[in-house]
Amino acid sequence: MTRLTPRARLGLVLTGALAILWIVPFWWMAVAALRPAAVPVLEMGSLLPSWPPSLSSLADAWDSADFPVYYLNTTVMVLGILAVQLVTVTLAAYAFARLRFKGERVVFYAFLLQLLLVPPIFIVPNLITVVDLGLYDRLLGVMAPYFVSAFGTFLLRQTFRRIPVELEEAARLDGAGLLMLLRHVYLPLSIPALVAFSIVSVTSHWNEFLWPLMVVNSPDRQVLTVGLASFTQNAESASDWSVMAAGTLLVVLPLLVAFLAFQRRFVNSFVFSGLK
Amino acid sequence: MALALPAPLRVNAASARPGRRWMVAWLLLAPSLVLLALFTYGPILRVLHESLYGSPLPGQAAPFLGLDNYARLLGDPAFRNAAWNTALYAFWTILPGMGLGLVLALALEATSRVSSVLRAVFFFPTLVPLVAAASIFVFLFLPGIGLLDRYLALIGIRGPNWLGDPDVALYAIIGLTVWKNAGYYMLFFLAGLQQVQQDLYDAATIDGAGVLARLRHVTLPALRPTMAFVFVIALVNVLVAVDHVFVLTKGGPSGTTDLILFFIYRQAHENHDLGFAAAATVVSVAVLLLISGLGIETLERGLRKEEGA
Repeated sequence: MTRLTPRARLGLVLTGALAILWIVPFWWMAVAALRPAAVPVLEMGSLLPSWPPSLSSLADAWDSADFPVYYLNTTVMVLGILAVQLVTVTLAAYAFARLRFKGERVVFYAFLLQLLLVPPIFIVPNLITVVDLGLYDRLLGVMAPYFVSAFGTFLLRQTFRRIPVELEEAARLDGAGLLMLLRHVYLPLSIPALVAFSIVSVTSHWNEFLWPLMVVNSPDRQVLTVGLASFTQNAESASDWSVMAAGTLLVVLPLLVAFLAFQRRFVNSFVFSGLK
Repeated sequence: MALALPAPLRVNAASARPGRRWMVAWLLLAPSLVLLALFTYGPILRVLHESLYGSPLPGQAAPFLGLDNYARLLGDPAFRNAAWNTALYAFWTILPGMGLGLVLALALEATSRVSSVLRAVFFFPTLVPLVAAASIFVFLFLPGIGLLDRYLALIGIRGPNWLGDPDVALYAIIGLTVWKNAGYYMLFFLAGLQQVQQDLYDAATIDGAGVLARLRHVTLPALRPTMAFVFVIALVNVLVAVDHVFVLTKGGPSGTTDLILFFIYRQAHENHDLGFAAAATVVSVAVLLLISGLGIETLERGLRKEEGA
């Protein structure tokens, strides 16, 4: 830890003041969620927690929307996307890292294009594709456009390249085929990159909204973000602010807990990430 | 940066026989390429094709319209309005967002316990779904009793109807976006700052450069690639971020928060005018590619000039 110059100290004080402003929305959400549901609406703007904290708003929120189903669907969605991505990304990354082939440059740029033209831009044609594939109103339809990840491919390609070729040669002499090689040489040595990619993938798809809103119709296949949007709409019309804040807290809480537990990992993986 | 261009590949004697290697490569790339064809290249062709057709009448094929959809698009006040709003939204989210990200990175660059806590505070909004952020801001923006008005009243300011006033609503949404994204851009600038060589700073200090001079002549030029990178991320973010519009304003009041993707969604989903929506997609993708290309080009040219000088 270095000693700070007076100027750096001043910078910290000013950014600290800004940070308070930054955290106020979350603070309000937590304070409001822990208030009893029947608080007069004029009190709701207060940033002072009511004492003792009440879990009744959280309970109301939990009961008035299908949160267990939303959690389950969201978890299935993000883990499903990740599982397929890890396979496609590993295979493609190996081809780019270690194999030389005709047309490599063209294919590389074709992958690059996906970093700019992210699936949400093509909501309309993608929806038609999903309907054609018979995946409309199914979580699989929400997941499909994300099964390939140019970002993951490039991240892993860089990592694979740093692995000494001699390791591969030794494994080959021992008779390892390509899949063995990936499983026993490349993947174990790429765990930090795989973790970084997984964090970015899971968080960005956890936040997906417009695309699942369009693909899924049935209430029992809704994900958290879509469920929250319809839930807050109802709460807003009923002016149930503490219940609304509680519903939002339920969506944010897993992210908050994970973030506090793995802060450094999160930050590093997002530095890695670039385009999601 | 994760996305370096391909370096010359090393020849790998031990891997598959040379004659087979290209086949293995294509086989490994096949799953990704099939998916890219379905959800990236296919859609490009599909919107190009569809933008030339009108809506199908019952029992008939969709009529071929040529470029009529584009002509209609350019003359459509709702599209021009959405395009203008998106331009404003882009300007006011990208510049202040990147500027704030850079300032935060410079302020929080030194490692200390305080600065790492502050970094976490600024980064957390990035992780939260935009829909959740918007649900919190619904109450923040509530006229009279909301968080913002309540605390502005303490210093004697009477706030406008944040989401209901056509002159203000877009800027309320812009404020939410800057709040959400600044910490994300901060991280990239922090990473970029670590790449700046310490001896450049030392040399500048020996030459008698003050803090501002060092910033101008050492830090900022060194951050150019990071800036180009963050700019492109921010640009893509502009086009795809509509979740807050859904929750907060639905494009209102009087269309002042109608952004391009929301416009496309409405044309397709509510009006079932797929050809028209496709034409709008083609135009926005073309503009996205053009601006990100120009942005990178400009920043890289500046970089080359610095290096040549």
